[in-house]
Amino acid sequence: MAAINRDDVAHLARLAHIEMSAEELDRMAGELAVIVDSVKSVSEAAGADVPATSHPIPLTNVFRDDVVGHTFTAEQSLSGAPDSLDNRFKVPAILDEA
Amino acid sequence: MTELNPAGTDAGTLIRLSAAQLAAKLAAGEVTSVEITRACLDRIAQVDGGERGINAFLHVNAEEALAVAAEVDAIRAAGGPEADALHELAGVPIAVKDLIVTVGQPTTAGSKILEGWHSPYDATVVARLRAAKMPILGKTNLDEFAMGSSTEHSAYGPTRNPWDLDRIPGGSGGGSAAAVAAFEAPLALGTDTGGSIRQPGAVTGTVGVKPTYGSVSRYGAIAMASSLDQIGPVTRTVLDSALLHQVIGGHDPKDSTSLPEPLADLVAAARTGNVEGLRIGIIKELHGEGYQAGVENRFNEALELLKDAGATIVEVSCPNFQYALGAYYLIMPSEASSNLAKFDGVRFGLRVLPTDPPLTIERVMAATRAAGFGDEVKRRIILGTYALSAGYYDAYYGSAQKVRTLVQRDFNAAFEQADVLISPTAPTTAFKLGEKLDDPLAMYLNDVATIPANLAGVPGLSLPGGLADEDGLPVGIQLLAPAREDARLYRVGAVLESLLEAKWGGPLLAQAPDLAGAPALEAQEAK
Amino acid sequence: MSTDATLSFEEAMEKYDPVLGFEVHVELNTKTKMFSSAPNVFGDEPNTNVNEVDLGLPGVLPVVNRTAIESSIKIGLALNCSIAESCTFARKQYFYPDTPKNFQTSQYEDPIAYDGYLDIELADGTVFRVEIERAHMEEDAGKLTHMGGAAGRIQGADFSLVDYNRSGVPLVEIVTKPIEGAGSRAPELAKAYVAAVREIVKNLGVSDARMERGNVRCDANVSLRPHGRERFGIRSETKNVNSLRAVEHAVRYEIQRHAAVLDNGNPVIQETRHWHEDTRTTTSGRPKSDADDYRYFPEPDLVPVVASREWVEELRATLPEPPAARRKRLQADWGYSELEFRDVVNAGVLDEIEETIAAGASASVARKWWMGEIVGRAKNADVDPGQLGVAPATIVELAKMVDDGKINNKMATAVLDGVLAGEGTPAEIVEARGLAVVSDDGPLLEAIDAALAAQPDVAEKIRGGKVQAIGAIVGGVMKATRGQADAGRVRELILAKLGVEG
Repeated sequence: MAAINRDDVAHLARLAHIEMSAEELDRMAGELAVIVDSVKSVSEAAGADVPATSHPIPLTNVFRDDVVGHTFTAEQSLSGAPDSLDNRFKVPAILDEA
Repeated sequence: MTELNPAGTDAGTLIRLSAAQLAAKLAAGEVTSVEITRACLDRIAQVDGGERGINAFLHVNAEEALAVAAEVDAIRAAGGPEADALHELAGVPIAVKDLIVTVGQPTTAGSKILEGWHSPYDATVVARLRAAKMPILGKTNLDEFAMGSSTEHSAYGPTRNPWDLDRIPGGSGGGSAAAVAAFEAPLALGTDTGGSIRQPGAVTGTVGVKPTYGSVSRYGAIAMASSLDQIGPVTRTVLDSALLHQVIGGHDPKDSTSLPEPLADLVAAARTGNVEGLRIGIIKELHGEGYQAGVENRFNEALELLKDAGATIVEVSCPNFQYALGAYYLIMPSEASSNLAKFDGVRFGLRVLPTDPPLTIERVMAATRAAGFGDEVKRRIILGTYALSAGYYDAYYGSAQKVRTLVQRDFNAAFEQADVLISPTAPTTAFKLGEKLDDPLAMYLNDVATIPANLAGVPGLSLPGGLADEDGLPVGIQLLAPAREDARLYRVGAVLESLLEAKWGGPLLAQAPDLAGAPALEAQEAK
Repeated sequence: MSTDATLSFEEAMEKYDPVLGFEVHVELNTKTKMFSSAPNVFGDEPNTNVNEVDLGLPGVLPVVNRTAIESSIKIGLALNCSIAESCTFARKQYFYPDTPKNFQTSQYEDPIAYDGYLDIELADGTVFRVEIERAHMEEDAGKLTHMGGAAGRIQGADFSLVDYNRSGVPLVEIVTKPIEGAGSRAPELAKAYVAAVREIVKNLGVSDARMERGNVRCDANVSLRPHGRERFGIRSETKNVNSLRAVEHAVRYEIQRHAAVLDNGNPVIQETRHWHEDTRTTTSGRPKSDADDYRYFPEPDLVPVVASREWVEELRATLPEPPAARRKRLQADWGYSELEFRDVVNAGVLDEIEETIAAGASASVARKWWMGEIVGRAKNADVDPGQLGVAPATIVELAKMVDDGKINNKMATAVLDGVLAGEGTPAEIVEARGLAVVSDDGPLLEAIDAALAAQPDVAEKIRGGKVQAIGAIVGGVMKATRGQADAGRVRELILAKLGVEG
């Protein structure tokens, strides 16, 4: 498995939407390299014939009847909003061309 | 097992009573819920704050707790069917880990990104506490988003271990464990993703249970790793854990992974403890090398006691547990990276604007998450993003899911040979604050014995096993049972607890330092 | 906004072979959301058809709507798909403010339905088989409104407002395999395919299927390759194509644009394009920064859906007759010619004619009224024929009056206009206007004599066997009686008078 470097971390930070300073990227790259190294045995542990487990206790077909339940008022919906206008959540521009 | 209804109703006595004992006194009319609740609140005021305070609580909910207590007292005083219908634990106060959402109190998850946020809905477990009319004392401290093993990763300062204020109370649920150990609350709720209930229990001399995955609804517990998280009780006795588990457990239609079947009678299991003829399996891979000598000694003594009580001790091997920690540190951050994506400054919580243009939503999200998340959270998000990213998924996340299957198979094989499994809960006693803060990997190793249960979904219980010879700090003993067999943990745990308490001449916590007797100033000077 | 170069469609077709692909999103009309019990209702006050789950608040968990699963299976069956014995949900991860969790709960490796096909009948009757790769379940996003800048566009907006009412509405995304061999009929096929999907989900009753409300939304993939080459060209994906006409136009435009790019020796850029109905062009969409890596993984908060064969067969038994089969049956029942029937279908009055026949009209009368009278009026009024306001019972009543000889066809048409003007029922209008066919033969015979006298040469032709010339005499009689006569009766009387066999 490839070692994780600073550029990888920068790419991952972009994917994860976390702004990172150059210093943070360096530090994180160092720490992650150690962690990734310590977990790499995992990829060799199981053969191809071993199925993956995504749920510890297997259940199937857990459904809800199509019956309307509780709703929020707009006030409740927006109660934690950092910014709002006209009963809607307000966010800065999506594109950088204003 | 300790006496059910000891004499005395002064505050000093009340705070030290177990929930079962308090319930008995309430039922007998010897004490009111307001008295109990006030005693807890006074204790919190006395030991929790200040420079050298425990800092178990992030929020104290005094007014509402007392109101609920008064309501219970009024119902009891009035008598009649409403009084008869009161839950056994009605009026017994409880603390709630601040990862669990509550209406009327802030929920921070120990993070700056949620500072000041109030949930408009209650977690299912909180709704069940309310239905049982248990006063909620407040919200307890934790590692940010439950990511850590020491509670040092809280954005609101670390919690101190009541046994030694310079040591960690374990994590992530250090606040709940310390609150119970410091007699601030008889009961608390924790969450356990890789040991966050059991390891704090071990290092604070308290009891903690991670139920079978799906036994307790996760609805309203802020998710770290959805397939591993489980809410459970944090208490001072095994019976109290059973009582609390019975309140919060059982099917919840709001959680698709909630077990459909009704909960077994866990309280009865705790009350009728018996190990006669039971096969108890020592997991070869979970003791010995890497475990502190004092931990090993207490563990071996516990085995002797169980053997004397009629249990058969067998040794089982779980060879794939060697991969469990690695698999955990791939699955947990992967799921966490996804679960924590919603914290973006759009709908709730913190919003931070970038310091330079352009002011776009993407940059606001990135600046908010940069400022709102601590280092450990960022580390895990980046690690999880890596493990799920194109080209790495199969090698990391995919492989880890396969290891999960192997760990499950190991458990299945072990449970063919043994009815319950036993191990130390944590390899060491509480370490010093700051000791492992700069070494994430060393911190992660603390979870080596607790993680397999989360990967396989099986239940685990940690109870005090005594104090380590070399440092005089609590050691935890972990019991593990097959999935859906939580009752076995209570049955065996209650026996071991009573055997140990008989040996110690009372609860282990009776040996803990008297916090109230150690003036904060003196302690500060000593520092 | 710069304008892209295009080649004429004909030239593009001469040089290149188009390959299409479609992703059609169908919003289900369940009462509640896919994963929450909040109502699935269009157009209410912002952020009121939501609860904590739809807002993605901390701690929430999803629970699957059983009806949404059943609707999805029905769609799969109607698209001739296999239904997965077991399938799972997965998280598709990208940050966008309309996506409350910053991931969309969708399906990835194992869609609920796969490997189907749909036979699409084009306007001239050609049948084209479109292979369906998969139909998978997912949830809709909230709605962004861009403020400031130009007319609600994302470009140049100062800020945006988010309404999460639509967040969590159940969607089924239907994905085709690459569609080859459509040639110059590609735009027409595109429109017909989306129309067919829309018709199917509407017929199943699982979606309101109103494109103007976004119930059915189409992303159209277009690529070109030189004739004879097997390897596909690079495709563009045009989003926001939300009417049938737009689908046709967008595919045509993209073919012309690609052709111009290729003609200039440039590579087509693999990108998202946005369709603009006003200019009938596409513009380059901003690539989402994380579109290249969605980091799919199995949704840990949901458990697998296992569709037992019994369940699938139960659902299959509830399916209504497929639209294509229904059309075959109706054409046979009604006895229309291929051409007549296709005209009816293309005019969009199949349901109306069926209802009119059910109300008591004959198949030919129903067709005459809808195709001959109502479709044209609807076109003038710029509405769908069904929306014009003619009830099947009205047509039955009018037809009966004509049959009974109370009024003639010309009058009936006038009465129809009266009905549309809101003057009342046909009977009321006939009464109010004093309309009645002149049925006393006396005045008619006078008028016929006058008409024959006025046009002796025509009378001679008819006598000579050229019966078709009778129109001129009938016309004269009708004019003289100001349309009050029954044209059929007039014809009979003329022929009798001239002693000619009709």
